[in-house]
Amino acid sequence: MHATGFIAAMRLTIHRDLLIAFRHWGQVAQPLIFFVMVTTLFPLALGPDLATLRGIAAGTLWVAALLASLLGLELLFRADHADGTLEQMLLSGQPLAMLVLAKAVAHWLVSGMPLVLLSPVVAASLAVPRAAHNTVLLSLGLGTAILSSLGAIGSALTLGLRRGSLLLGLLVLPLAMPALIFGARAIDLSIHGDSPRGPLLLLAAMLALALTLTPPAVAAALRISAE
Amino acid sequence: MRPIFPLQLSNFSGISAEAIEFWRGERRVLAGVSFELARGECLHVLGPNGSGKTTLLRVVAGLLEPEQGSVHWGGRPTREQRDAWCAAFSYLAHSDGLKPELTARENLAFEIGLRRRVQDAELDEALARVGLAGRDQAAGTLSAGQRRRLALARVVLAEAPLWILDEPYTNLDTAGASLVSDVITRHLDAGGAALIAAHQPPAIPNHVPRQLVLA
Repeated sequence: MHATGFIAAMRLTIHRDLLIAFRHWGQVAQPLIFFVMVTTLFPLALGPDLATLRGIAAGTLWVAALLASLLGLELLFRADHADGTLEQMLLSGQPLAMLVLAKAVAHWLVSGMPLVLLSPVVAASLAVPRAAHNTVLLSLGLGTAILSSLGAIGSALTLGLRRGSLLLGLLVLPLAMPALIFGARAIDLSIHGDSPRGPLLLLAAMLALALTLTPPAVAAALRISAE
Repeated sequence: MRPIFPLQLSNFSGISAEAIEFWRGERRVLAGVSFELARGECLHVLGPNGSGKTTLLRVVAGLLEPEQGSVHWGGRPTREQRDAWCAAFSYLAHSDGLKPELTARENLAFEIGLRRRVQDAELDEALARVGLAGRDQAAGTLSAGQRRRLALARVVLAEAPLWILDEPYTNLDTAGASLVSDVITRHLDAGGAALIAAHQPPAIPNHVPRQLVLA
């Protein structure tokens, strides 16, 4: 018998979660539609003054991305918990932290990446100059990955709770604030022609920290929730 | 009788549980439960509803931590060798542990794939063995009995020496029930062991299950 290594187990987990996501298109599209709708509301409400739109663009993009990411987070482990596959995952003999990381990666690929890819279009509607679009991509790319990682903690801790989504927001939003501050700052600097290097490097450091520290915490939370 | 799939028995030497005590709030669910289970043996856990059958199985599997007592495998507590211990058993819970969006085959490929490399032919053979050949549809569209059969296929394919089965006959028709008995018999004949919680004694020819009665 050839035992499965943890890399192969992670690949399988990502593959499975993507397969399930693509069979639930509605759920996948929900955060994306939310992101587009919220960011579209601002030009409609504030009027066509480009300077005003440019002034609020960084904050709007980031807050909308943050709230859109929260939408799908509740489901990260809930379905696995309900259908018993989480139990089987706990008993698979694979390092749970690695499987958790794989699930967070799959979640980002499904909910974070499409949002990032769409962000230059949305940024253009907020009068963000073309030169800043790369910063928008990078900032939201790093930021949504941080949110997927942090959100996994909240999702695992609120597993099995009736009003988990409300508590999930209360848990995740304060943790996400540093990412929001530096992410929005990076875009703002870029819009004004300054270098966004500093905030972006801080975001990258936060992502490295989140990817390292959150999987063991999520694994511990899942073991407690499974009881 | 030839086992359905080759068992990896080289590292399995039976298990023992010593004085397991488990509390839920103010209620003591398990009070000093002890047992031993060797290769080729079946232990039937029985008792009225709420007597702690499922709890005991979950404690043995490591999903619950007992207040007192421990489960030993290979002379060491299982909690000290969690990953190796998980590879030594296959667990059939109350819920089937299947993804409704995935097909029967995809479910098996994922669940078994987490444990070992699995060939397509093995998946086909397992599905045929539990009467699901040609029913490679989403698990959510299968009947409750068919899902139970699929979960049983996962247990068989895992090639684990110990089977921990919680009410394996649930939702099964007569043919399904005899299928469960048949695969358990083959497993025991091959030197495997089974810990089964069920209201009725499992009908296993040539094997007399020992009983552990929970009050």
